[in-house]
Amino acid sequence: MTVVQEQERLQAMAHGDEPVREDLVLGNPTMRDVTARIASIVESKITMKYLATLSVTGAMAAWGLFALYYTITTGIGVWGLNNPIGWGWDITNFVFWIGIGHAGTLISAILFLFRQKWRTAINRSAEAMTIFAVICALTMVLSHTGRPWLFYWLLPYPNQMAMWVNFRSPLMWDVFAVNTYFTVSALFWFVGLIPDLATLRNYVKSPIAKKVYGVLSLGWTGSTRSWHHYEIAYLILAGISTPLVLSVHSVVSFDFTVGILPGWHTTIFPPYFVAGAIFSGFAMVMTLLVITREILDLKQFITLKHFENMNKIMLATGMMVGYAYILEFFIAWYSGSDWERWIFINRAFGDYAWAYWTMFICNVVSPQVFWFKSARRNIPLMFVISIFINIGMWFERFTIIATTLHHDFLPASWGYYSPTWVEISIFIGTFGIFLSLFLLFAKFVPVIAIAEIKSIMPGAQPTHHHDHDGDAH
Amino acid sequence: MSTKPVGVIGEITDVNLTMKIAEKLRDAGFRNWDIHTPYPVHGLDKAMGIKRSILTYISFAGLLGGLTSAVGLQFWTGAVDYKLNIGGKGFFDWQFSIPIDFELSILGTAIFTVMGLFHLCRIPTWYNKYQDDESFKKATDDVFVVTIDADDDRFSATETASMLTKLGVGNVHLVHATAN
Repeated sequence: MTVVQEQERLQAMAHGDEPVREDLVLGNPTMRDVTARIASIVESKITMKYLATLSVTGAMAAWGLFALYYTITTGIGVWGLNNPIGWGWDITNFVFWIGIGHAGTLISAILFLFRQKWRTAINRSAEAMTIFAVICALTMVLSHTGRPWLFYWLLPYPNQMAMWVNFRSPLMWDVFAVNTYFTVSALFWFVGLIPDLATLRNYVKSPIAKKVYGVLSLGWTGSTRSWHHYEIAYLILAGISTPLVLSVHSVVSFDFTVGILPGWHTTIFPPYFVAGAIFSGFAMVMTLLVITREILDLKQFITLKHFENMNKIMLATGMMVGYAYILEFFIAWYSGSDWERWIFINRAFGDYAWAYWTMFICNVVSPQVFWFKSARRNIPLMFVISIFINIGMWFERFTIIATTLHHDFLPASWGYYSPTWVEISIFIGTFGIFLSLFLLFAKFVPVIAIAEIKSIMPGAQPTHHHDHDGDAH
Repeated sequence: MSTKPVGVIGEITDVNLTMKIAEKLRDAGFRNWDIHTPYPVHGLDKAMGIKRSILTYISFAGLLGGLTSAVGLQFWTGAVDYKLNIGGKGFFDWQFSIPIDFELSILGTAIFTVMGLFHLCRIPTWYNKYQDDESFKKATDDVFVVTIDADDDRFSATETASMLTKLGVGNVHLVHATAN
């Protein structure tokens, strides 16, 4: 940054245009440095460390796909599901993965609408994570249908039976919500990528890479006439993604609430699920970014300030989730319904008490350390807490599903559910798919939104823009 | 080179100067010109005199299309084509149609927005008359690149270039079509 730019920046700050804040990009790089730094990740040779990691995650994915193959060819009888427990790890994992995706949309859309500039360093990877998480969720939900090759029965298409799908079912709403979510997230992500792919097209040396990025960037030139439409498109996509992300997990929660089972039939579920989704998603973003930042050496762009802000959001959403846990008990008591009361006592002290308290300690107790600034800026600590939250949020879904189902209205049919190796393998496999896709993304796609980072750098925007120039000629 | 130039190109490195030059070129009455920037510069579209984008209308049409198809689909399949009594619920009620009405409205808006964006930006177009120019490639890195096309009425191979230089644009030069 030149002295003039620095002066202009201080002047702008003094005028109140830009509050004095911690720098979002460290080390005062020039724009050329930013391009070179991020493009060099794509240009650099594939290291043995990278290949080793990718082969581990690839092996996990392959193992999961084998378990999935075994399930599909044999039937879901190979899972631990029984009567009365018809939903187990399959739906737990589905809700878990869909929830993970929500932080990506929150970061890319909601924080954009609130003009949170710090989002620019992390939105690209968070959005990628959203898409990969939804792919895992779709894998889970399709495999749990038992005959996934008939998935198209879920869609309203004219058929020889002359029958239509039942639009009164929340499971049908889910089909539309999840598919819309996947499509819109992918579009939003790709639109965000176009200018950066163009940057790579002009930067990379390898002719094959140049060709690939050239095709993918669709001929973007950075024309102001294009940016003009682009910015509006981005705003609209952010604007519609915001209600979308709130709706998706609400619709997922309808899968439970529209049923009349005690423990599921509650009105608090939609907001409680959305808060939990954002909570778990931020934890996953944290887990991945701590590692990515270290391996790709992105400390310049992903700073402690970013982590601190994310920890604040985790603290807030963690408190919302904790409030919902406690309120559920109050409402169960206040409802006066014996079944409702009993199911909640059973949830905390019954056969699945171990799962309930794992959830409670991980989700409600562990994030409380983030009240302290030193904890919010302590990377090893936040990494551990983020893992705790990932575990806790998985157990939240498991608790909701298993405790309600395992003791239904007829004590003679009460049961207990444990997963088999097949379900565990599929879950490991989804992690393999998720991490492999993320690794490929981090290597071949600009992992940080280059154009957006440039636009928030000091001196990037005009200091004052009047419509006409007073001292012309 | 004997070929006619396709336009003139020049580089600016300062964002405030870019704004000023944009206003001057706008006031000079040029039409087929552009400034290529590595990131969106606030207010530059206005300084260039670009009219409000019609993209919002396209998006709104997508919203209406999505909503109409959602209501139409649920009404026609449930209440007209094949009536199924499920738990005594209505064949069509606006209440249960809301989730799908909402999702398809969003989907319609998103698809129309992106298609509209592609149309308005003329992408994909895998050719640009300036694409082989070294200055032009810097527009995705750290330089603001001005281009004035030769088909502009006010374009003159000699005067336009010297005018740009006078305004403070650096490395001004004519661009000739690549022999394909």
